[in-house]
Amino acid sequence: MLSSFRHLLRYRALIQSLVARELKARYRGSVLGFFWSFVNPLLLLLVYSFVFTVVLPDVHPAELEPFALFMFCGILPWTWFSSSLLEASNVLIASGNLIRKVLFPAEVLPIVTVLAGLVHFCFGLPILAAFLVYYNVPVVMTDLLWFPVVALIQLVLTVGLALLLSALAVHFRDIRDLLANLLTLWFFATPIIYALSQAPPSVRRFLNLNPFTHLAGAYQEVLFRGGPFTDWRRLLTVGAASLVVLTIGYAVFDRLRDTFAEEV
Amino acid sequence: MNAIEVRGVRKTYRRYGRRKQFGTLKSALLSGRGLRDLKPDETLDALKGVSFDVAAGRTFGVVGRNGSGKSTMLKLIAGIGKPTEGTVDVRGKVSALIELGAGFHPEISGRENVYINGMMLGLTKRDVAARFDNIVEFAELQDFIDAPVKTYSSGMYMRLGFAVAIHVDPDVLLVDEVLAVGDEGFTHKCLDKFAEFRRRGRTVLLVTHSLDLVTRFCDEALWLDAGVVRVQGDPRRVIDAYRLDVAKSEDAALQRAAPDAATSGIWDPGSGTRNFEPSPDPESRIPNPGIPTDPPDMFRAIEGRWGSREVEIIGVELVGNDGRDTHLFQSGDPLEIRMRVRANQPVSDLVFGVGIFNAEGVCCYGTNTRIDGATTSAINGSGEVRFAIDRLDLIDGTYKLDVAAHRENGAPYDYHRLLYTIRVSSRLKEAGIFRPPHRWGFSGGVRVSGLDTSE
Repeated sequence: MLSSFRHLLRYRALIQSLVARELKARYRGSVLGFFWSFVNPLLLLLVYSFVFTVVLPDVHPAELEPFALFMFCGILPWTWFSSSLLEASNVLIASGNLIRKVLFPAEVLPIVTVLAGLVHFCFGLPILAAFLVYYNVPVVMTDLLWFPVVALIQLVLTVGLALLLSALAVHFRDIRDLLANLLTLWFFATPIIYALSQAPPSVRRFLNLNPFTHLAGAYQEVLFRGGPFTDWRRLLTVGAASLVVLTIGYAVFDRLRDTFAEEV
Repeated sequence: MNAIEVRGVRKTYRRYGRRKQFGTLKSALLSGRGLRDLKPDETLDALKGVSFDVAAGRTFGVVGRNGSGKSTMLKLIAGIGKPTEGTVDVRGKVSALIELGAGFHPEISGRENVYINGMMLGLTKRDVAARFDNIVEFAELQDFIDAPVKTYSSGMYMRLGFAVAIHVDPDVLLVDEVLAVGDEGFTHKCLDKFAEFRRRGRTVLLVTHSLDLVTRFCDEALWLDAGVVRVQGDPRRVIDAYRLDVAKSEDAALQRAAPDAATSGIWDPGSGTRNFEPSPDPESRIPNPGIPTDPPDMFRAIEGRWGSREVEIIGVELVGNDGRDTHLFQSGDPLEIRMRVRANQPVSDLVFGVGIFNAEGVCCYGTNTRIDGATTSAINGSGEVRFAIDRLDLIDGTYKLDVAAHRENGAPYDYHRLLYTIRVSSRLKEAGIFRPPHRWGFSGGVRVSGLDTSE
């Protein structure tokens, strides 16, 4: 396991180049090019703002104002999470030619999709910052120090799930279709467009089992709510769980590695 | 020292998907690859216990028919996939030219693709940078290296892929039939590069259908047949054994095709009906029905049989120098065409003829008894007509024969058009239609060696 990670470290230049290629190739040929990385989250936010401030203005409590900003704190990391997993579930199959013909560590591919998602996430941050300034939200500087920690934990969790899903999807293509719906459910089971306190206590117990509940909560805590960041115990628990997920994901990937060349 | 050691390697593939086997997620994770649980009819052994060594510094050729397991072997040596049983040991850095440019991304420039491809093949970024100019020069893409790869021609794409792979500078280079594509000049360049590899003591394993390449370049060869090693050793010996085997199965295929052609719907313009003349005992003429080779099809459109049938040719045998019925000849072998003929009524206005046509439909030779000077001919009852050629001096290729019995004015009794096929093989690849006996001679300041001057 550790040797695998060390092996992977040798390929970090390749991962770097592949992430760069991913970003370049994605917008090649579009008029706005790189701007889509900024525009996409903005458009997404506009859609949700329209629904929750124009169509359903009364469903959220006053403490969540400005609601657009509240949602943005959750949607931005969620987009990274869900798009990474969706892409990862297909990445080995889509690169079948490469896997069948070239000897290289296949885990590079799902990792690259997650990292490319991270870059897009980072491109969305200036927009988030602009919103914070626009709404004049008081941000506590010491809280901001937690931000990279939250993002890192999300990274570990996402990479772990991406490895697991990409390897399993080679054998069970159904995962790709199932995942899209599962992620929709997961989105609504996460307090992103509502606050955890709005859910009835019986449901809240289940929501608390969802690791992304705590990640989204941490982002909201750090960026949206004022006051010192208090929830770090929970966050670190999620971090430990994420490490377990990563270990399992990597182990499964390693177990199935030899079968990829035959099955993709 | 051996660069590659292959010991008792068996590789089993599933004939169908994995569906049945991995019923649940749990069984997938716990059992991994439970091939042993599968019934024999659900699996396919691509390799059935293959063992061989390749000594370091040698150029090693692997030949065999399609589906004999060559590419599977190469992938196992490259480390893409694991053998089901047995071991594969390779010493040193391996680079596999299995598919050139696999992993190129069409949208980004050649330059970026070179870096990414090089790093995938195990180079560091610095390594690639150091070799970059050589790679581009070798691929002859100086003017296009910053254009997106999707704008490349397939030749450019392939050259770039080859250039990257060859500049990985491996200890063991695996090559799978990549020289078949590409223009003459580039092929030469690749061969030069292989020669350079040899000089520097690197090991090259070459999988190819180009048998000449094996005899010219390899120190040793191996013939894989249906997943087992048939012969290993001196390239010329291996290639000759392989060629002989291919020729045998071609012969078998032609044997099967011949009765098929003679009995399949034959148009008879005289009576307006179809005639079916069963060929004599078709079963006994199929020596090896197991070899799946398509019958040659080049003349289907115009071949056939017609005539008024007062005289019939009821059987045709092609006899080689061993006196047996065959369809396979070496250039220079004797050929005898034996026609069994039967007259349904006594006939005295009679000419027998034969013609040999090549794959382009050109008549290589045609004659009949009248051209050759016969003054009277007659037939009553049945008999045999033999036409013997002492030396079949044709170049390498497939030929079809006409045989006919007709009146002196040309009206056919029984005309068999292109119904019989022979395969003439020759070690030499001459051009043209026929091969006159010839020899070269040199005098004065001209020195040429290696020519066979005995002919």
